[in-house]
Amino acid sequence: MDSALQDKIPTFGAKGQKADVSLGGGMSSLMSGPSRSAFEIFIIIMVAVVIIGGTELAIRLLEVPLYIFPPPSAIGMALVTEWPFLWPHLVTTLCELLIGFSIGASVGFVLAAVITQFPFAEKIITPYILLLVTTPMLALVPLLVLRFGFGWEPRIIAVALASGPMVMINSATGFRRVDLAKIALARSFGASTFQIFTKIRIPMAMPMIMVGLMVGSIFGLLTTVGAEMVGGAEGLGNRLNYYSSMIRMPQFFAVITLLAVIGISIYVIFFLIGKKWTSWES
Amino acid sequence: MLAASGSSVDAQNSVKMTVDGASKFYQTRSGGVHALDDVSIKVREGEFLCLLGPSGCGKSTLLWSMAGLHGLSGGEIRLGSEKITKPHPEIAMIFQEANLLPWRNLARNIELPFEIKKQDPDRERINKLLKRVGLEGFETKYPRELSGGMQQRASIVRSLAVNPSVLLMDEPFGALDAFTRDEMNLLIQEIWMETGKTIIFITHSISEAVFLADRIVVMSARPGRIANIVDVDLPRPRPVKIQTTPDFLDRVEAIKAMIDHRPS
Repeated sequence: MDSALQDKIPTFGAKGQKADVSLGGGMSSLMSGPSRSAFEIFIIIMVAVVIIGGTELAIRLLEVPLYIFPPPSAIGMALVTEWPFLWPHLVTTLCELLIGFSIGASVGFVLAAVITQFPFAEKIITPYILLLVTTPMLALVPLLVLRFGFGWEPRIIAVALASGPMVMINSATGFRRVDLAKIALARSFGASTFQIFTKIRIPMAMPMIMVGLMVGSIFGLLTTVGAEMVGGAEGLGNRLNYYSSMIRMPQFFAVITLLAVIGISIYVIFFLIGKKWTSWES
Repeated sequence: MLAASGSSVDAQNSVKMTVDGASKFYQTRSGGVHALDDVSIKVREGEFLCLLGPSGCGKSTLLWSMAGLHGLSGGEIRLGSEKITKPHPEIAMIFQEANLLPWRNLARNIELPFEIKKQDPDRERINKLLKRVGLEGFETKYPRELSGGMQQRASIVRSLAVNPSVLLMDEPFGALDAFTRDEMNLLIQEIWMETGKTIIFITHSISEAVFLADRIVVMSARPGRIANIVDVDLPRPRPVKIQTTPDFLDRVEAIKAMIDHRPS
């Protein structure tokens, strides 16, 4: 990767006054750094306590049956007691997501970089990419199961097919943002096509590439879980099926909680990377 | 002071760059454009040459061709005896509105040409230049934290850091306010006098051209042609206030008349 991407961006953000990054605008209000006062933290915690406590109280007062909606305390307990049985599934899900997303994202990125250099080829390929973006890849899982069985292959293929086009379509938007003056600048110093690509085009496209990676990874997570529910003997999606068929709702919601944590973590990771690499764009 | 300054006396008459019968046509959606028509210029070694003309007169096309960034439809451009068909290490270009890379801080912007040429940055030279243009201590700042004048000074440092002998400047100060522009014109005059670079400078401001140039190539539009070549023999260094002297204003008026009275 271009060394430009490793730029330290020390001043922005640290002051807590920088403009939002193009992605995750909502996140920056949560994570605006040192400028957040103790009072704000107190309020954030209080609101969380009130919401969780209120849910707990409402469920107990209204005597909502456990199999309809378990109180937060029961979910918490289930998370702790089921953890020894859950974590292997968590690892499976994360591995599938990571491998599928890595394959999909790399192919999507390379395809975007190549295709935007040839407008004609881009016109030909774009409809198929849109087809991949708009078709739920989950629909392919039963088909893939017929070919590959109930192992990890169908799930990884589905994840790659779900995340790759997202990365591609957003990266392509980024690569199309050409600034002829900046390319001319690099050329005037004798830059090769490859140097123009690494030193001008990639950094220029980086904000949109980051958006693609974030959206692609979230789509990947959805597809991973869905694929596990449709055709998997393991993984958190499979656990959702298992617990719901046993009507063990606290355990079911414990899995949902884990999935929410994964999703938010992905968001935060890409938000922070994006903040570091794309803060130049205001 | 900054570099081996070529003695301007014996270099006075040697030709640095030659534009020989340059023509350029190109196609747009609305039809063909005849951007340059048989333009010939001999740029002298160490000269400050201004290309002056209205927008659309092909002066940018000509400059980009001299930088080896554009091809010509006819004619040729030579540096010494070497034909220019692609960017040349002896020629550096300074663009409109500084053209810094917003994702790099000032130091890394200035290192860009060295990275491209796969050389170690000449720190000593860069620091000297930064000090010269008053940007010392701003190395870690990003372009958007700098004023327009500072950005353009940084881009001048970026170009001079690789020590070219020819500087091509494409309306570099056009986007600056009048005060900053005067300041930049003084700076570029000083740098030119200190380094003895050959500078070809595009502007559409007559007074900027008269202030800076040894010779002004006045161009007319559609097709881009040379209307006139004017010598400016005002003594140097020229102070900002020279722009209000009658002699200066007369020269500006004379050129204005030349442009106004050309049939088009």
